[in-house]
Amino acid sequence: MSLPRGILAASGYVPYRRLQRSEITKFFGTGGGKGTRAVASYDEDTTTMGVEAARLALSSASTTADALLFATADPAYLEKTNATAIHSALRLNSATAAFDMGGAVRSGMGALAYALRSNHNALVVTSDRRSGLPTGADEAACGDGAAAILVGEGDAVIAELIGSATRTEEFIDRWRTPGDSRPRQWEERFGEVQYLALSSVAWNEALKSADLSADQVDVAIVTGPHTRAVKAVAGKLGVAKIAEDLTATVGQTGTAHAALLLAHALETAEPNQVIALVQICDGCDIMLFRTTATLSSYRPARTVAAQIEHTADLAYGKYLSWRDVVKLEPPRRPEPGRISASISARTQEYKYAFVGSKDASSGAAHLPPQRISRDGGAIDEMSPLPMSDIGGSIATFTIDRIAYSPSPPIAFAVVDFDNGARLPVELCDVDTDGLQMGDRIEMTFRKLFTADGIHNYFWKARPLRG
Amino acid sequence: MGSHGIKDRVAIISMGCTPFGEHWNKGADDLMIESTNEAFANVGLTKDDVDAYWLGTAMSGMSGLTLSRPLQLVGKPVTHVINHCATGSEALRNAAYAVASGAYDLAMAVGVEKVKDSGYQGLVGASHAPTDGTARSLTAAAMFAMCAPAYGKRYGVSNEEMRAVLAHIAQKNHYNGARNSRAQFRKEVSTETICNAPLMAGGLGVYDCSGVADGSASAIICRAEDAQKYTDKPLYVKALSFIAGSCSGNADPNYDYTAFPEIAMAGADAYKQAGITNPREQLAMAEVHDCFTPAELLIMEDLGFADRGDAWKQVMDGTFDLDGNLPINPDGGLKSFGHPVGASGLRMMFEAWLQLRGEAPAERTIKHADRGLALTHNLGGYPGEMVSFVGIYGNELG
Repeated sequence: MSLPRGILAASGYVPYRRLQRSEITKFFGTGGGKGTRAVASYDEDTTTMGVEAARLALSSASTTADALLFATADPAYLEKTNATAIHSALRLNSATAAFDMGGAVRSGMGALAYALRSNHNALVVTSDRRSGLPTGADEAACGDGAAAILVGEGDAVIAELIGSATRTEEFIDRWRTPGDSRPRQWEERFGEVQYLALSSVAWNEALKSADLSADQVDVAIVTGPHTRAVKAVAGKLGVAKIAEDLTATVGQTGTAHAALLLAHALETAEPNQVIALVQICDGCDIMLFRTTATLSSYRPARTVAAQIEHTADLAYGKYLSWRDVVKLEPPRRPEPGRISASISARTQEYKYAFVGSKDASSGAAHLPPQRISRDGGAIDEMSPLPMSDIGGSIATFTIDRIAYSPSPPIAFAVVDFDNGARLPVELCDVDTDGLQMGDRIEMTFRKLFTADGIHNYFWKARPLRG
Repeated sequence: MGSHGIKDRVAIISMGCTPFGEHWNKGADDLMIESTNEAFANVGLTKDDVDAYWLGTAMSGMSGLTLSRPLQLVGKPVTHVINHCATGSEALRNAAYAVASGAYDLAMAVGVEKVKDSGYQGLVGASHAPTDGTARSLTAAAMFAMCAPAYGKRYGVSNEEMRAVLAHIAQKNHYNGARNSRAQFRKEVSTETICNAPLMAGGLGVYDCSGVADGSASAIICRAEDAQKYTDKPLYVKALSFIAGSCSGNADPNYDYTAFPEIAMAGADAYKQAGITNPREQLAMAEVHDCFTPAELLIMEDLGFADRGDAWKQVMDGTFDLDGNLPINPDGGLKSFGHPVGASGLRMMFEAWLQLRGEAPAERTIKHADRGLALTHNLGGYPGEMVSFVGIYGNELG
């Protein structure tokens, strides 16, 4: 008998800031709506959000990944693989392959489907940063976020894949050409009719593959960029409970949304429940999972629910500047130059994975890593000191109103880590008014700036919340 | 092994110093020509009489050619030195060692910086070395701003008290600078104006930060026994100390931002070289690196001008005012002069030169010039990662 194959861990990452949709209406007189949408900070992109989701997923699991698939419709780079930065931030083995499945919103579900069919402990990272023109439906209804799902097999599986079905169809529903930030959509009724037909066929096939009837499904997650079709399809499945879709708080996160909703649903699921994951997007993809007894002892490192709870509002003007819709006057300081590829390659463990060094003889911790110890002077007796998951406290801090930043002012702190290391480092996701010495922080992977088209990724500290 | 210094082995026999300010109509060449010609003229020497030159500049040149070309020096060694904000002092320190060694009879230290051609406020563009982008990109103002709350927390100084202390330091230096024709800013500034100024970083306002200026200063040195040939009032070098820190404050949680160990080490070494045991009573004055007001506060303790935790009270008591027991920055300091990096150290020595020779104008003459010893100090870098220079000069041998 083969081992159960399915999900080992699932985590979502929702950025800290929220835009109240009513702020759009206040500003323009039109657009907007009720509730909030999640907004990636100016120093976040799909790669950094993917890293955060992936860190949470790996922290929730007892095994690591031997394959990495990264899917987004808003890649930080074209030509160059984005999954390699995530791979590096996670300190995955060089023999662990990392691939992008980029461009289309559907690719997140595709990455998950093929990971489940593989024989790898595959980490599927989905991430998206959703935009649209001001007052448009996408601007308000969409959101930014990421989700990561580690799939594998054995007793550690918390939700086993018990059935699936897929349908692919070429028709023009939503589209966006490279370089354009605005997705466009055909007349809604056309897509709705197409999706209803496709999902009906796929749904019956999926149920049959698992030898289930619709009433044996405990909860169905239904998602896709076509809001109206999603509602219509959900109503026709015959499942008593449709999962919360997070559109009121987070917004529809495109490529990441199916995995985000799955992670969220698993947070409250009970063992031995059937969960259907349905995405309608350029076809229809359906997966059926049955939660296992292991789920009762599964503890996600941080829940999606907690990230929905701990937020702060973002002014609409700030949102527009972070999305490059409005260009603000920068500080009159020189902008930083591009980083060096060769130096970044030499310091990769520090720059991407935040690994310092620890002196064997004195125990002194060094950030950045050093060859000669500051305590005792031992030479080359250092071992790697992974720091990305070590908490710390603010020893002292300041606000810099004149330094260059893509979104001034810079909040900056001297951070003392719990393992005896120290680093003066930039803060993020921070409301400067309430900052105090002694505040607890955690490290997070961010994009410091972009120069000559090269993104400068490094770590920042952010206040520990929730 | 040991740091022995060169007490009384070399003497400064002439100095020159341009006005510091926004010299829109002058380049680095003009400024160097002015400060060196003033120094030559004071003792009737020419550029050909000087055997070797040391040029301190951090942003205005990359080699000795930066000086030899505008001065049209022929067949002369010109050494370019750069060491953060101690660059000007480093030019003199290295020139002094060359003379003390017997390698040259006459040497000249020249400091210059042309800052105002960058198009930006503040000191920018010092380094273009490639990086991996992980180093912080804060301004110096923000780094030094962290010292004020740290000091306040350690010694129980409230935010209001600290604001008053820092304002007193800025007000004092502007008071002194208002009495100096070479200063960039020559107006007194009230503590009220200082406290209400726009914030730059942390709790530091515009008046807590040094200005930005162009300028040049020069000194000619010779062996002490030859000094009287050129002037009857030479300044003898009593101590020259320099420390480049290990930058461990950035990595060591024990560093608490209430002191600058590099400065304390340089100070202790300099006092040993000069044979000074009680700087508060033996020094007539000191020029210290007041790049930001919290820096001057901490330097008072690092150099032993006040006990640890007591400098803020001494500041408020007026100990370091122009008419106090130990005037600090009687020429107005970086606050009044701005900070042309390569020139500042020599500008500080220029004030020691004037005061110890009795040539400072009456309105800023210090009380205890008869003590006969003056100290100058630079720091370069940031809290936790710093270079520091301390020099001591006297108007008599022994």
